[in-house]
Amino acid sequence: MNERETQEFLQQLLEKHKAGRLTSAERFKIPPQDMPEQDPASRKHNIKEVALGYTENQARLEALRCLGCKKAPCIDGCPVRIRIRDFIAAIADGQYGKALAVIKENSLLPAVCGRVCPQEVQCQEKCTVGLKFKDPCKAVSIGRLERFAADLDSDNASIPAVAPETGMKVAVIGSGPGGIVAATDIRRAGHDVTVFEAFHKTGGVLVYGIPEFRLPKVIVQKEVDVLKKMGVKIVCNFVVGRTRTIEQLMKEDGFLAVYIGVGAGLPSFMNIEGESLIGVYSANEYLTRANLMKAYEFGRGADTPIAHPKKVAVIGGGNVALDSARTALRLGAEKVYLVYRRTEKEMPARIEEIHHARDEGVEFHLLQSPKRIIGDQNSKVTAIECLRYQLGEPDASGRPRPIPIEGSEFRIDLDTCIMAIGSAANPLIRQTTPGLEFNKWGYIVVDDNCKTSLEGVYAGGDIVLGAATVILAMGQGRIAAAAINEYLAKKKKHFDGL
Amino acid sequence: MSHKIVSNSRLSENVFTADVEAPLIAQARKPGQFVIVSVSSDYSERIPLTIADTDPGRGTIRLIWQRVGKTTAELADLQTGDEIANIVGPLGKPTHIENFGMAVCVGGGIGNAPLLPIAKALKQAGNKIISILGARNKQLLILEYEFARISDELIITTDDGSYGRKAFVSEPLKEICQRTPKPDIAFVIGPAVMMKVCCEVTKQFNIPTQVSLNTIMVDGTGMCGGCRIEFDGHPKFVCVDGPEFDGHKVNFDLMMKRLNAYKDQEQQAYEQYKTHRCKIGLNSQEDLSR
Repeated sequence: MNERETQEFLQQLLEKHKAGRLTSAERFKIPPQDMPEQDPASRKHNIKEVALGYTENQARLEALRCLGCKKAPCIDGCPVRIRIRDFIAAIADGQYGKALAVIKENSLLPAVCGRVCPQEVQCQEKCTVGLKFKDPCKAVSIGRLERFAADLDSDNASIPAVAPETGMKVAVIGSGPGGIVAATDIRRAGHDVTVFEAFHKTGGVLVYGIPEFRLPKVIVQKEVDVLKKMGVKIVCNFVVGRTRTIEQLMKEDGFLAVYIGVGAGLPSFMNIEGESLIGVYSANEYLTRANLMKAYEFGRGADTPIAHPKKVAVIGGGNVALDSARTALRLGAEKVYLVYRRTEKEMPARIEEIHHARDEGVEFHLLQSPKRIIGDQNSKVTAIECLRYQLGEPDASGRPRPIPIEGSEFRIDLDTCIMAIGSAANPLIRQTTPGLEFNKWGYIVVDDNCKTSLEGVYAGGDIVLGAATVILAMGQGRIAAAAINEYLAKKKKHFDGL
Repeated sequence: MSHKIVSNSRLSENVFTADVEAPLIAQARKPGQFVIVSVSSDYSERIPLTIADTDPGRGTIRLIWQRVGKTTAELADLQTGDEIANIVGPLGKPTHIENFGMAVCVGGGIGNAPLLPIAKALKQAGNKIISILGARNKQLLILEYEFARISDELIITTDDGSYGRKAFVSEPLKEICQRTPKPDIAFVIGPAVMMKVCCEVTKQFNIPTQVSLNTIMVDGTGMCGGCRIEFDGHPKFVCVDGPEFDGHKVNFDLMMKRLNAYKDQEQQAYEQYKTHRCKIGLNSQEDLSR
């Protein structure tokens, strides 16, 4: 359909919709709207965003695919329980401001979540339309609609209202998605919030981890600007635990409550031979050099070097692995292999990113995993020796256990190898915060309100959950903020009563 | 937070020092810790640097660095009153200090800078201090006076014999290890090859030896793993597990190779910077008056 035909088709549907006569059968017939995107051949040579966003007509057509189910099962699939049915109905009606307001009741970073949430295993997995077609990719594109509504508010006109100043100081450690959300909600209650960030730039994983082509930095910057406009103080280059400890913040610097949202942040390695060879990176290092430090601009204003490889293997099957693989392409790699020990079905990455990576030419090596890494006399990596795998019975994660096939060794020649196999708990807070309880993996133990074993100290995101997602970190930031606001309200009552 | 340079000077041909405003770091820092610095902008390279000394009253830290590439040259070109864009720290685990008895402190080249605060703290804890300081030649020797003040015995070596004894630091180290009583502990900080050789010596005499490693880092908080070394056959992160390690378990050969990972690009950036400096008429290359 060309633009004019689309317009006519939409008008017919809208008339019926307004009259309450658009049947489910007719809604099923509306073709799922594809996301306009940069052409794969050209986009792999630039770092601009791949997915370009729906046009207004596309968004309204997609919104009309929603059946408006009474039970709205999609909401159960959303970690922060956005009223999905209602915001989609608002888009269908052309009330985009209202749609965004509905989203913002529960999610403060819709422009981010619309882009990075794994919708196909959350809201879209439960969508009745998707179930009808037996394919979550044919469900209503909730994430794309969320992004559409968020992007229309490009100058972020809606600054949340702040209650009268309470003068009570709260420290938020980490400026990632959890920290941003916690800081917003705590500041809304009128408290004096300071966000401490270890890096010289704010945004956490949203700026060092997720590449520009998937989440433009300007979107994250806008969210941080909102915090500043609300009166939140932001201190960069400040490592809590080292520059000041949590105890010092609370006992000497007057912070009454603390939210720890530092992320997991200690990359895992496989513990195989050759992992310290030159050219073997953790995905964190590779992405940080490329994204945060703009190594792709080396010698043109950026000073951080990065390998410019010809052949790259990325080990892992999550979003971080795909981000690394696609970043390698953009840095000029001729061949990029994604080596994953299960099959595509088990990959934790977003389906859309798997498709994007494949379109851009990333070669998938499935049911394979490295046994050792091989280097030359200068300790530069030259190859990996892999084993082939088959799938066995489900393991603790519920996914089939990958079983190595003995004697199946083979080599992949390469000059860069990126380990994207997850991360472990960063020991810094643990080493410097006596009395804070951790589990055996080094993650902070919290109750349902994200409260830790120390009074006034709350925690959420990856340092509690292990490697999770942006939306889960945001959800916990929210819960913790509500708990902190309640805690401070009680404290204030107590002071006032004295 | 800005970091103004309150004073700076040149210690030898390629070694520079500056006192820089960083009140929180000055207050928190303990011997053995370091900072990560990026000089001019958000896209300047992040490099780890030693904290040689602090003045908590004035809120300053003393940095000492060797000019080896673009970032260290940029830092050397800054004047008093100029500002450094980003400094984060103090990072790394502090040195474990106690009264071990007799401690031998071996410094090579720029390694004397991180060694000094450790030696001072060891002295304060009641240790007898034997210091061995090595340099390629007399001009390159730094902090001799500061070490003389706190050492019970001070040995200077130069590679060319232009000052002190003509030897590598490992020779007097071996002699000291042969004495009775032998030292209870050794702290060795300097170029990787020097630490490697010294560790081979102390290992023969079963003397526990701490080394402080200065690997390539990006974030300095455990996030990237770029600084990892092979320790006892396993990966360890210098930024959060170190920077000090039992020197007898460090794979120095691998570490030395990893230090060269970006040699070509570093060289390219340095050449580009030098050309740029010439063009804008900055030429402090041989300006020793500062």
